[in-house]
Amino acid sequence: PVIRHILLLQPAVSVGNVGQLAVDLVISTLDMTKVGYFYTDCLVPMVGNNPYATAEENSTELSINAEVYSLPSKKLVVLQIRSPFIKNKYRPFCETLLSWVKSSKCARVVLLSSSHAYQRDDEQLLGTPLRYLLTTDLEKAVGGRMQELNWKEMEKVAAYPGISDTDKVLHIPGGGITKLLFTESCSKGIQMAVLLKFCSEGDNIPDAFVLVNYLNEWLQLTKSEVNPSSQWKIPSSWRLLFGNGLPPALF
Amino acid sequence: MATFFGEVVVAPSRAGLDEEEEEREETPEDREIRREIEKKRYWRRCSEGGEIDVLWTWKSGGCAEELLVCSRFIVAIGRNAAAFLSSFILDSVCWEVVGVVKLWNEWCRTSSTTNVLPTDSFCLFYRLISDPTVLLCQCSCYVAEDQQFQWLEKVFGSMQKKGLQVTILSTCPVADYKTQESTLTLASPFLKALKTKEFQEQVCCPLLEQPNIVRDLPAA
Repeated sequence: PVIRHILLLQPAVSVGNVGQLAVDLVISTLDMTKVGYFYTDCLVPMVGNNPYATAEENSTELSINAEVYSLPSKKLVVLQIRSPFIKNKYRPFCETLLSWVKSSKCARVVLLSSSHAYQRDDEQLLGTPLRYLLTTDLEKAVGGRMQELNWKEMEKVAAYPGISDTDKVLHIPGGGITKLLFTESCSKGIQMAVLLKFCSEGDNIPDAFVLVNYLNEWLQLTKSEVNPSSQWKIPSSWRLLFGNGLPPALF
Repeated sequence: MATFFGEVVVAPSRAGLDEEEEEREETPEDREIRREIEKKRYWRRCSEGGEIDVLWTWKSGGCAEELLVCSRFIVAIGRNAAAFLSSFILDSVCWEVVGVVKLWNEWCRTSSTTNVLPTDSFCLFYRLISDPTVLLCQCSCYVAEDQQFQWLEKVFGSMQKKGLQVTILSTCPVADYKTQESTLTLASPFLKALKTKEFQEQVCCPLLEQPNIVRDLPAA
């Protein structure tokens, strides 16, 4: 489908860091250009060399905790967040982020996130672990497409479990700022879609692939071939996620 | 989640933020601890105008807006880096103390005295007497995550930044270094560097390879 408006894609820092890993795959595969960064006191500082380096020449560009990439041909802007929130700073960050979204020309926001798999109820244990959420404005525009794709909307849960006639509320355990961003977007009239996967901490690379393929079903960022997972390029910074090599003396 | 022994534990998440922290009920002990910490930090904020205070000795009472003209700023963060400067660079003949950072957090407290012992937690600024635009900072105290930005703004806010070259010295455990081989076989200690595009001079050691990163105050 043609992306008419500028779309902002970003992760929530959530269980398994799945959203962030998925965003890494998007930036790396589409070879996106860095266009800016957030200078913020809300995230733990970090810096390193280019995480998407493919050769000696492009490996020395510094990279920090919140950076913005763009792909003008697809009217796509991506925000990557690389460190956790400093205590009590996640609300100011959400406010700053949403006012930036409103003031820039981003017509739509897609938030990639995840939620604790162990908190699923009996029904959620069956079937797909993927869910979506749309703000009311976006529901009108693309709700039909979600139906066609046969996607499952995130269920609301009882505010007081065990008591049957209570209000149903949105609950995204392990989702970090997902719920806050979503509810704020609803009240500010921002078109936001949340795509999330139920998962647990561990090797979350497969979860990232599942989530990014889910995203691709809708946005068609890359052409899907026979094996959808093979079209995504793993960034060089994903090396050694689980530690160094072993000392030979061990054996 | 359930462990092998059948107990149910709350698994810490790498994601870092547990939004339920806000909603979870605090035990009375937690509440008391949190209140005491807030009181201490609040008291500090009131009496000293901020959790972090930078006191410069070169600033006379009159001109508070005066910026320090600085061409080179060397910052040593952590006890090892601070000790390196003490052992090889600093002496009372060529360097004079020009400032001190006062801060308090749950891990350490610094004082406004400039007569410190190597085992103290301190954050001092020195100036080269023969070239007063060369500034040095020894920061052996721990600057908490939520103070790092403030430290940055207050220290750099006092400087004129045009043409300024900043060098940051820091140390990390070898065990944290990510590499294909095991760190046991690595010849340590070793140097790695990160530099901005604007830094045109030759770097004296290899650049830090991905997936290694730097965090906290040196990163800030």
